[in-house]
Amino acid sequence: MTTVAPAGSRVIFERPELLIDRSTHYCPGCGHGVVHRLIAEVLGELGLGSRTIAVAPVGCAVFAYDYIGVDFVEAPHGRAPAVATGIRRVRPDAFVLTYQGDGDLAAIGTAEIVHAAGRGELLTAVFVNNGIYGMTGGQMAPTTLLGQRSTSSPGGREAAFHGYPIPMTEMLAIMPGVAYAARGSVVDAPAIGRTKQYLRRACEVQLEGRGFAIVEVISNCPVGWGMTPTESIERLRDVVAKQYRPGVIVDRTGEG
Amino acid sequence: MTTATIPPATLHHGHRVLMKGNEAMAEAAIRAGCDAYFGYPITPQAELLEWMARRMPEEGRPFVQAESELGAIDMALGAAATGARVLVSSSSPGISLMAEAMSYMAGAEIPMVLVNVMRGGPGLGGIGPSQADYFQATKGHGHGDYRVPVLAPSSIGEAMALMADAFELAERYRTPVFILADGTLGQAMEPVELHFREPARVADTWSVRGADGRQPRVVRSMHLEPEDLEQHNRHLQAKFAEISAREVRWAGENLEGADLVIVAYGTAARVARTAIARARAEGLRAGLFRPITLWPFPSAALAEVAARARGLLTVELSAGQMVEDVRLAVEGRTPVAFEGRTGGMIPTPGEVVEALHRLHAATTARPASATMEVRP
Ligand SMILES: Cc1ncc(C[n+]2csc(CCOP(=O)(O)OP(=O)(O)O)c2C)c(N)n1
Ligand code: SF4
Repeated sequence: MTTVAPAGSRVIFERPELLIDRSTHYCPGCGHGVVHRLIAEVLGELGLGSRTIAVAPVGCAVFAYDYIGVDFVEAPHGRAPAVATGIRRVRPDAFVLTYQGDGDLAAIGTAEIVHAAGRGELLTAVFVNNGIYGMTGGQMAPTTLLGQRSTSSPGGREAAFHGYPIPMTEMLAIMPGVAYAARGSVVDAPAIGRTKQYLRRACEVQLEGRGFAIVEVISNCPVGWGMTPTESIERLRDVVAKQYRPGVIVDRTGEG
Repeated sequence: MTTATIPPATLHHGHRVLMKGNEAMAEAAIRAGCDAYFGYPITPQAELLEWMARRMPEEGRPFVQAESELGAIDMALGAAATGARVLVSSSSPGISLMAEAMSYMAGAEIPMVLVNVMRGGPGLGGIGPSQADYFQATKGHGHGDYRVPVLAPSSIGEAMALMADAFELAERYRTPVFILADGTLGQAMEPVELHFREPARVADTWSVRGADGRQPRVVRSMHLEPEDLEQHNRHLQAKFAEISAREVRWAGENLEGADLVIVAYGTAARVARTAIARARAEGLRAGLFRPITLWPFPSAALAEVAARARGLLTVELSAGQMVEDVRLAVEGRTPVAFEGRTGGMIPTPGEVVEALHRLHAATTARPASATMEVRP
């Protein structure tokens, strides 16, 4: 899209070309929309739109294909990394991206993500961790924090009863096939800016053929958390980011 | 010498060689232009995966041993969604895991060929040959209103020929296709006349390879609006009706004047053939009706054959699954008997001959009637 600016002014913000001009079905304040926008920006800036094949998850973001204007395959719940592996192997020239929530990636799809990472598949994985099952109505996820209430942990998550939250990205990062792993956040503009840099790097890592790259984005689910959008952002900053600390978790791209 | 040491360059269409079914099916798939193979080890199918592990890299084509059958079939789903010709193989317990993706592929209309070298169940069961997955293959497999073509070879040569046909059917109708084999067919060696054929490739208008100037495409099975989903289901049902009308296959042997007809497929049909030769020598007019497509089931053809017969005997390596379709086809107009073994056991020709004699006695003692029950 090109925006025509009146003479003397300049465009400082516009819709990225790969972000389809359509209002989303996401709840007000939901972080998925921010992550979609970042992906559209990065793919556009790297000129990858025409050769990207993305894989949509089962979860609120299954509709990513309605908002990001690239070819998509819809995966069964949790299987996006396997679907992406199949695409990768038969289409070496494609840029392959997966998008998954935390129920999708860290529960039902644990085997698929671990083995795709273990094989060092040339994939860029985007992992949106909102600590809850959004789509099915706010049940506990593997990433739900201790003490956090959900519709299936109504008294709050208890370690002795529900087990501990699983730090997926740190677990994946110990494997040699993982060239790059980082955790971003949608909490505020600077954090969003850093998340974009992580996403960009994770895409470059695939283009350079270095191995598997993953960016976890800690995000909010105001509806599932039972909060207003503002409260959910405060919780993301004050509680979630203290447990799932943003930053680069591993970068093996300098290892030759 | 095992066939694994046969140099593939010496395998030519029309030559006769001694080969295992699993290996022959694998090579037939390669020669049919299979672009990628994904699998997970399981007996009695492992030789197929091993053949692919060696041969696909030689051909410069992808082979991935996945983390599970879920992984394998979903890799296949991804590869096939880009328009690649993809083969997956497994045996019964693995096929159960693949049910999820089969349903997604049926819904998203993704072509693929899936070989099931059946073993005895339920559960972990055993590793002997079986036909106990007939219900699973023909009556749905995964969730939702869908059917997939099921091809049942009864010899290694036929399995090779059906491989090319399976890819063709899959691509013509944009559907997964099952090849339903059993442990005997997979693991026994027999002299085979090699059968290779590469179906022509037709450019498609649905697969995803990167939008590159056109409108982005989505390969999906989700239609959240009930009206949309019903519309999609109508479209699928119309396709299944077309397949049912056009793709039925079966073979008959000694049906001329036969008043006892064995209905059997795969390995059971081979046992039946031996039994029929003996029964005929003993004076019984027995013939064989062998379904090759288990779905669509050759119901109309069978009903016609049955109308001229005194009784049908269904022989299976199961407790009786296809026999339900046989009964449906004849709608009670012809008595239907059943002879089967389970758990990896194969009915002997002697047992089948005895069953034919019992059927003969039961159907000649009094005239065949619609209400008559024949349960030898
Ligand atoms: C096999 C299977 N099991 C369960 C579901 C129901 N289901 C849909 S989305 C979902 C979880 C989504 O949570 P998450 O991945 O965290 O994504 P979010 O919706 O929070 O973005 C579940 C359990 C399903 N579609 N398929
Ligand atoms: S339920 Fe949660 S994750 Fe889903 S759209 Fe609403 S806010 Fe976003």
